[in-house]
Amino acid sequence: MNETRILLDPTSEQKPAQRKRVDRPGSLAGLTIGLLDISKNRGDIFLDRVESHLTERGLTVKRYRKPTFTRPAPVELQQQIATECDVVVEGLAD
Amino acid sequence: MGAQPDGLVAVVKQDCPTCTLVEPVLRQVEQADRSLTVYTQDNPEFPAGIASIDDTSLEYSYSLNIETVPTLLRFESGKEVARAIGWHRGEWEEVTGLHDLGAELPETRPGCGSKSVEPGIAEKLIVQFGESSLSARRIEIGASEDEMEACFERGWTDGLPVVPPTEERVLRILEGTRRAPDERVGIVPPNNNECTVEKIAINAVMAGCKPEYMPVVLTAVEAALTEEFGMHGLLATTFFAGPMVVVNGPIARQIGMNARVNALGQGNRANAAIGRTLQLVIRNVGGGIPGGVDRAMLGNPGKYTFCFAEREDDSPWESLSVERGFSPDTSTVSLFAASGVTPIMDQASREPDALCRSFAACLKAVGHPKSANSPAPVLVISPEHTSRFGDTGWSKGRFRETLNRYLEIPVEELVAGAGGIPGGISEDRAGDQKTLPKFRANTLHIVRAGGDAGLFSAIISSWGGSKSVTREIVV
Repeated sequence: MNETRILLDPTSEQKPAQRKRVDRPGSLAGLTIGLLDISKNRGDIFLDRVESHLTERGLTVKRYRKPTFTRPAPVELQQQIATECDVVVEGLAD
Repeated sequence: MGAQPDGLVAVVKQDCPTCTLVEPVLRQVEQADRSLTVYTQDNPEFPAGIASIDDTSLEYSYSLNIETVPTLLRFESGKEVARAIGWHRGEWEEVTGLHDLGAELPETRPGCGSKSVEPGIAEKLIVQFGESSLSARRIEIGASEDEMEACFERGWTDGLPVVPPTEERVLRILEGTRRAPDERVGIVPPNNNECTVEKIAINAVMAGCKPEYMPVVLTAVEAALTEEFGMHGLLATTFFAGPMVVVNGPIARQIGMNARVNALGQGNRANAAIGRTLQLVIRNVGGGIPGGVDRAMLGNPGKYTFCFAEREDDSPWESLSVERGFSPDTSTVSLFAASGVTPIMDQASREPDALCRSFAACLKAVGHPKSANSPAPVLVISPEHTSRFGDTGWSKGRFRETLNRYLEIPVEELVAGAGGIPGGISEDRAGDQKTLPKFRANTLHIVRAGGDAGLFSAIISSWGGSKSVTREIVV
């Protein structure tokens, strides 16, 4: 028996037990968009196209790259993206 | 677990000498009455020669409410009709209806404690097999989630780790109070949410409390939720203050609170956990989050926890709670809005009067040297400084009066512009008065605490929107 798997809620229980995802923005206007290449084959080609579509619309885009798709992004990269961008597009498959 | 079939039931453990003593008796009973069921708490091979049922999970022992082994019971029509505890020939013969049991054994032998009532086990069994009396929402933690991190991520902590509030831990801490888990304690600001004993217990677990702290914790929360104390404003102010808890009376010593060396500092579990619980209740039940309704411009480190006991036992003076009308044998909690600790250093004054002047000079700077009628701070007077008065026969009353005299500030120092400082009172507000008191209605709160050595005392300045509250702790 793993005794700490169920915890009792210390709050007034007015928020859902499942944490909500961050709301999606209604519009991209004025936001900085991060494009994260996870280093999977040809991911850069896909993101190049996404970038050109976004910049054509006059949006600000920043590019990032994970060293390898086999591991989570290094903490510095996560922090860099979190502080520099409002939204992130990440490719997850080949 | 289904209903118990009719007949005899025995609960034993091999580790108990009385159980091993009655091993042959159990065989004797089984041969005469085939209805006998034996539950074994430790080694299922025991008793030898009997097909006993493995109760190492203690499920049967728990549901049969066994406190001692061996226990022998008889069931009829699914109901318990007889129970013998330990070994007592007469009782065993009565329960079984058999004669000449254990002829070679002594007449009687007390049993041993059941494994189901060992420390720390009971709460586990309630969670596993019992019906929970707790109603808080259950939060499931993902298999790969670390439960400490889960508490941080859900926003339940003050920035330091908390003890994960499992049902078992909450049940255990509730042993520290006679009050029912669903009893309402009050409405917690800023979101005005109802708070029960159970919610306080959950936060007390998280803060690191032991069960015996619960009466102090519950009283502190009650005091904080009074109209006079004004917790909502205290939370919302841009000023530094947060709630500070001072404990008086016998309970402080009983639960191991610190009133001596480093009393205002770290290192004592009761001091730390009680003060922290109050803050966590405001945060979690009330929804009072820094940057949300908590608008403190800087705050102060006491907002993690600020709680200590008065050093009463060797004091020449009556304590804070006695001054406030309680008996010295009554335990109380007093709450203050506290904005931080400012040292007073006076290692030179030998005469009580000189030390009063010295204290007054330091106290006059509270908030601003030009502010009169300020909210009363707490003066934490050290044992060595108290001795200056005690040794010369000065009562606390005389100390107060003298101090108040020196805390009168000449109006000319207070008017706007005086000293080249624009702030201050207008000349007409001063009226005919030549002086104004530094503190409103001359109400300075005096508490004695600290280590044996050190000719220092402390000013804990307050916040004007809150009134100090004292409540009796009912254990």
